[in-house]
Amino acid sequence: MSNNLETMTPELRAFVEEWKAKPGNLIMVLHRVQQTYGYIPREIAIETSEILGVPLAKVYGVITFYNFFRLQKAGKYNIQVCLGTACYLRGGDDIIKEFERQLGVGVNATTSDGLFSIEAVRCIGCCGLAPAVVINGEVHGKVVTGDVTRILNIYRERG
Amino acid sequence: MAFESYVLVCGGTACVSGGGDSVVETFKKELEAAGLAEKVQVVVTGCLGFCEQGPLVKILPQGTFYVQVKAEDVKEIVAEHLIKGRVVSRLCYDPDQAKKLVADANIPFYQKQYRVVLRNCGVIDPEKIEDYIARDGYKALEKVLFEMTPEQVVEEMLKSGLRGRGGAGFPTGMKWKFAQQQPKGQKYMVCNADEGDPGAYMDRSTLEGDPHSILEAMTIAGFAIGASKGYIYIRAEYPLAIQRLEIAIKQARDLGLLGEKILGSDFDFDIELRFGAGAFVCGEETALLQSIEGNRGMPKPRPPFPAVKGLWGRPTVINNVETLANIPVIINKGAEWFSKIGTETSKGTKVFALTGKVNNSGLIEVPMGTTLREIIFDIGGGIRGGHEFKAAQTGGPSGGIIPPQFLDTPIDYENLAKIGSIMGSGGLIVMDETDCVVDIAKFYLDFTVDESCGKCSPCRIGGRKLLNYLNKITDGRGVEDDIKQLEAISDAMCKASLCGLGQTAANPVKSTLRYFMDEYMAHIKDKKCPAGKCTKLISYVIEAEKCKGCTLCARKCPVNAITGTVKNPHVIDQSKCIKCGQCIASCKFGAISVK
Repeated sequence: MSNNLETMTPELRAFVEEWKAKPGNLIMVLHRVQQTYGYIPREIAIETSEILGVPLAKVYGVITFYNFFRLQKAGKYNIQVCLGTACYLRGGDDIIKEFERQLGVGVNATTSDGLFSIEAVRCIGCCGLAPAVVINGEVHGKVVTGDVTRILNIYRERG
Repeated sequence: MAFESYVLVCGGTACVSGGGDSVVETFKKELEAAGLAEKVQVVVTGCLGFCEQGPLVKILPQGTFYVQVKAEDVKEIVAEHLIKGRVVSRLCYDPDQAKKLVADANIPFYQKQYRVVLRNCGVIDPEKIEDYIARDGYKALEKVLFEMTPEQVVEEMLKSGLRGRGGAGFPTGMKWKFAQQQPKGQKYMVCNADEGDPGAYMDRSTLEGDPHSILEAMTIAGFAIGASKGYIYIRAEYPLAIQRLEIAIKQARDLGLLGEKILGSDFDFDIELRFGAGAFVCGEETALLQSIEGNRGMPKPRPPFPAVKGLWGRPTVINNVETLANIPVIINKGAEWFSKIGTETSKGTKVFALTGKVNNSGLIEVPMGTTLREIIFDIGGGIRGGHEFKAAQTGGPSGGIIPPQFLDTPIDYENLAKIGSIMGSGGLIVMDETDCVVDIAKFYLDFTVDESCGKCSPCRIGGRKLLNYLNKITDGRGVEDDIKQLEAISDAMCKASLCGLGQTAANPVKSTLRYFMDEYMAHIKDKKCPAGKCTKLISYVIEAEKCKGCTLCARKCPVNAITGTVKNPHVIDQSKCIKCGQCIASCKFGAISVK
């Protein structure tokens, strides 16, 4: 995405140093990396492997095994469409198709202006609101395809 | 009670998403303005369960239950209810537009429920340890530390008949006993809070609504097996539950309920959190331990069982959240009390996340042995939109589909296994006649194929093959021999897979074949999807006599497949139609149908 190389923030470095001696630290450290940058930048992954003394292959082995970790930056607004069973039964797949159609990008991709990305997520535990869509922590419940334009416009207006 | 009244606002995820936060803020503001801030306390509680009708507000001491409360309604509740003492009937639950039900105890959704696990959810403020202690919290821990030996604690668990609520139903006391019998040294107590079943949120609600009950139970288990260290492995997708656990752990440490020499005894125990990262297979205990160790979550063959050789090679007990939530109650009220609830082989209660095509979605807790009919029709209020009940799925991707003839079967571990499903963690998904069972099997297979860790070939290749056959069938390319292939692969996966994920992944296929062979055959022989779900096998048709020529559908159609002039019947060009369904949703005259 970006050519600017990320560097480790002092807070993150302190966290990694603090966890260095604890057994089983890698996943907890990667969570903090993703929390800091929104994804796991390559240069930070390299630095992490050096500080923890864990081979880079293992670091990437873990990152790619778990769905939660991402290697690319999400859009400013990350649209998470729930595809848990309840949401699927109540039309979650139609909602995802409509977002894809309107934004012209597929799942796990970001629009060229960097504003939106779409993600299909597992049950977010709002089955009573099915089908549910979460955008940057805000939950939109009982969504129908006709709501998609209105929802996108809320975020377009915020810019 | 220091206050005259209490306003309980549900702080469960569904209610918060529906605007619960602003309801809380407005209550505080309005109470302040009315000069009632000293007399009425606003409490944000854990999940009240009736998610369908959220945001929920309950007022004590009267027990008045308000549903679908918006910030705009708060002023009226304060002025009418809290000042004048008059119920705002407009906001009460009304099952059939005729009789307003004021108290939660009268609402059918709550009447058949029996709360053991969720005893504190929706009652206490989960961020206050004092609230938990006031409801007998940490009393069981005190009893265990000062009046019982570890052997007696294990004996009590065995007597209670409690079985693991994570899925397989292994007796909890047995697990503890194995770990206890291992030579002394470092042992671990792990709580599995990696709730991965899509469509289930029991553990999340328990952790959010009553975090201390899990800490207390883990400490009791640690004492019983001789562990000084505990880990809670929790999904990173549950930020609120994580936050509440962090607060609870700090409070417990401050009061000497965690840490060294707990309550002045000789017992040391502390708990740390470890985050999951979105891998369904990590619900399997050996994979979960790998993940806590910071590795890829790949399962290992058992034996050795974790109780003998677990985390970092040391004896480890892994219990699920719901299992643990039962433990303080069993210690306080006794194994005998607990074993009176439920059926012969399955004791206690079970929490279900009731979702899908049911009127009242929500979180419910019922005694083992309750029938599906009671759950879906009495508690769940029946099928939404006047549709027919077709089937229910328990156990998520590892479970099976249950057809109408078993609506009156009492639900327990054995009965569910007999009819081809499993108890699972507690997802209960209701389907109606518009849901296609082949499509449902495909949905679950899609999930397990995606989540298979790839270590063993029966799961990695078998799952993919099953999915390919299902896709072939729903695309209209199926032949009768495909059924035999589906059966053969399912059996092989079941027998040869390394862990629970692969061994159960074919269950949705097996159970739909067992009960809905007709529907598979309709896809294969007639090239039809009776439920009207599989897009390759259906077409959208406008009935000329019903069409008024309003042009709305033509304007909505994203691919311009609909043509026609104003006030004349329209026609859908089948070669262009992408079957998105927008036309049906937009038609006001019911003129478009699925064929």
